[in-house]
Amino acid sequence: MDSGGRDVTDMTLRSTSVTAAEAASRSAVLKRLRLTDVVFHGLTRAAAMAVLVLLSGVIVALVIGAAPALGTFGFSFLFDESWNPVTERFGALAPIYGTLITSAIAMLIAVPVGLMIAFFLTELCPMVLRRPIGIAIELLAGIPSIIYGIWGLFIFAPFVQKYIQPPLIDTFANVPVLNSLFAGPPYGIGMATAGMILAIMVLPFVTSISRDVFDAVPPVLKEAAYGVGCTTWEVFRNVVLPFTRVGVIGGFMLGLGRALGETMAVTFVIGNAHHVSASLFAPGTTISASIANEFTEAVGDLYTSSLVALGLILFFITFIVLAIARYMLLRLQQRAG
Amino acid sequence: MNFTRIALATAVLALSSAAANAIDISGAGATFPYPIYAKWADAYKKETGSGLNYQSIGSGGGIKQIKAKTVTFGATDAPLPGKELDESGLAQFPMVMGAIVPVVNLDGVKPGELTLDGPTVAKIYLGEVKSWDDPAIAKLNPNTKLPKQAIVPVRRSDGSGTTYNFAYYLADVNPDWKSKVGVSTAVQWPVGIGAKGNEGVANNVANTKGAIGYVEYAYAKQNKLTHTKMVNKAGKTVEPSSASFQAAAANADWNSQPGYGVILANQPGDQSWPMTAATWILLYKKPADVPATAEALKFFAWSYAKGDKMAEDLDYVPMPDKVVNDIQKMWSSEIKDAGGKPLFSPTN
Repeated sequence: MDSGGRDVTDMTLRSTSVTAAEAASRSAVLKRLRLTDVVFHGLTRAAAMAVLVLLSGVIVALVIGAAPALGTFGFSFLFDESWNPVTERFGALAPIYGTLITSAIAMLIAVPVGLMIAFFLTELCPMVLRRPIGIAIELLAGIPSIIYGIWGLFIFAPFVQKYIQPPLIDTFANVPVLNSLFAGPPYGIGMATAGMILAIMVLPFVTSISRDVFDAVPPVLKEAAYGVGCTTWEVFRNVVLPFTRVGVIGGFMLGLGRALGETMAVTFVIGNAHHVSASLFAPGTTISASIANEFTEAVGDLYTSSLVALGLILFFITFIVLAIARYMLLRLQQRAG
Repeated sequence: MNFTRIALATAVLALSSAAANAIDISGAGATFPYPIYAKWADAYKKETGSGLNYQSIGSGGGIKQIKAKTVTFGATDAPLPGKELDESGLAQFPMVMGAIVPVVNLDGVKPGELTLDGPTVAKIYLGEVKSWDDPAIAKLNPNTKLPKQAIVPVRRSDGSGTTYNFAYYLADVNPDWKSKVGVSTAVQWPVGIGAKGNEGVANNVANTKGAIGYVEYAYAKQNKLTHTKMVNKAGKTVEPSSASFQAAAANADWNSQPGYGVILANQPGDQSWPMTAATWILLYKKPADVPATAEALKFFAWSYAKGDKMAEDLDYVPMPDKVVNDIQKMWSSEIKDAGGKPLFSPTN
C-alpha cells in the first residue's frame, strides 16, 4: 500500500478510498478537536465572567459597607465639607474636591508636555537620542509611587515652599481671582504640589501611548503635508493629532485613571486636611488619601462606613470618567466616519 | 521496633516541652510605646525564649484587633471608658508612661530655646496665632528673635492616642478648643497639614520651614528635632526630661478612673511636664487562648520588674511600684481561665 508513497496520483487514490477504521479514527480526532474547542471556549468565557463577578462583588461590598453612612447623611454627604470624628459628622466634599483638583492639575501639566515629548520623539528627535529618552520615560513609569511620595516630601515640597510658592503668591497678590488661587501661606505641601507630583507620575502613560499612536501615522500623509508647505506645527496640529485622537484620548484617560486613584505619593504631599480651599497652595485631601490615612484607625461604625462610602464615590467617579471617554470616542468616530 | 518507638516518644516529648516553654505572644496597637515594647521583647526573648510579635498599627487598630480576638493583647494610648471595658470583658492597665513634646522648625532656634504654653499651642492649632512673631509667642520668649514667618501646624492624619492626649491637654487649657474641636483619637482640625504616624509628623516638621508639630519624645530625640519648653499648670517653665515626666506621673491618682484610665495631661506640680501620657494594655478577663495570655502576663510582670532601666534609657517613665502591685493584684483576682483559676499569682 505504501510502496509508491511519493506519487501524487497515489495520494489522491488514498484519500478517496477510506477504510472504515480510518474513518473512525478521523472522527475520533475531530471529536477530540471539537472537545478542546468547547473546553477552551468555556475557559475563556469563565475568565471573562470572573471579571464581572469580581466587579459586582466589589460594588455590592462597597454599597453594603457604605449603607450606614449614606443612610445617616443621605445626599448631603456629597456636599458636606465637615469631617468630624468627635461629633461623628462626615461629608465627602473636601476629598471629592481634592481628588478632582489634583487630577485636573496633573492632566493640565502632563498632557501638553506628554504630547510634545511624543511628537519630538517620533518626528524631530535625532536617532541617537530617541532610545535614551524613550527608555527614560518608561523608567519614570516603573518608579514605585512610594518613592515619588518620599521624594515629594523630602526634596520637592521644600523646594516648592522656598522657590515656587513665594514668588507666585507675591506676583499675583493684587490680581483678582489669581490672588485667591495662589494665596499663602506657603506650606510647600498642598494640592498644587500633589498635582505636580501626579503630573510626573502620569506623564509616562500619556507619552508612551501618544508616541505609539504617532508612530502609526502613515508617513505618506505627513510627507504630503510637508510637500504642500505645511510647517511642523501645522503637520502636528492638522495631520498627526486628528489622525491619532482616539489613541491620544485613550492615553489621556489611562493617565487620568491613575491620577484619580493614586494614593501613596499624594498622601505624602497633599497635607491631608479635610478643607475645601480656593487656594491651590492650601492643604487638602483626596478620596484615596483619606482612606489610606484613616481606615485602620477609624473608631466607630459611622466613621468606617463613611470611609467606605468615599471608596464607593471614587468608584463612581472613575466609572463616569470612563463613560465620558467612551462617549467622546464614539462621537469622534461618528464624525470621522 | 521498640527502640524507634522510644525515640519517637522522646522526640514528641521534647517538642511539646519546647513548645510549652516558648509561647509566642502576639499584640497590636499604639505606636507610642513601640520602641520600649520592642526592647523589652528582645531582652525577654533572650532570657526566656518566648518572643513577642507586636504590631504597632495604632491605638484604634489595637482596640479593633483585641475585640476581633486576633491578638493576645491590644495596646492603646487612649484609655477605654469603664462601661466599654465591662461590656467587652476586657481588663485594662497602664504599662509605661511617656511624654509628648512640641517640635518646631525655625531657622536659628535651637532645641529647648523656645518656650510655649498650652493656651498658645491651642491658639496655633485653632488658627488664631498664624505667625511666629505673634505677640502671644513673643511674650513667652522675650530673648529670642522670632522671624515673621507663617506657622505651619503639623498634626496626625491617622487616628492616634498621641492626638488623644494632645487634644485632651489643649481642651483642658483652652475652652475654645473644648467647644469647637473636642477630644478624640482623630478630630476635625481647623488648620494645618496632616501626616501619618509619629515619624510622619517628625519628617514633615523637619522638612517644612516654620512648622510646629507634636510627637512622642523618643521620636523628637531620635530625629534630632527642635523641641520646645512648656509652661506648666503651676506657671513654671519646664524642659522635657525624665525628671519632669516623672514629676507629672508622681501626682496621678490611678484609682480614680476605671481601668486606671487616668490622663496625665496638665498635672499639678512645679516640675511637671504638662503633656505626659500613659499607655495601656487590653486583655480579656476570660481569654480564649489561656496559655498565650498567661505568657503575656508573665512578660508584663517581667517588664515591670526588670524593664525600668531600659524604659528610662529610651526616655519612658516606668510605672511606680505601688501601682504595679495594685495591677498585679487585679490580674490575680480578675483574669481567669474557663474553670475560674487565676492565670497569674503575684508570687511567681
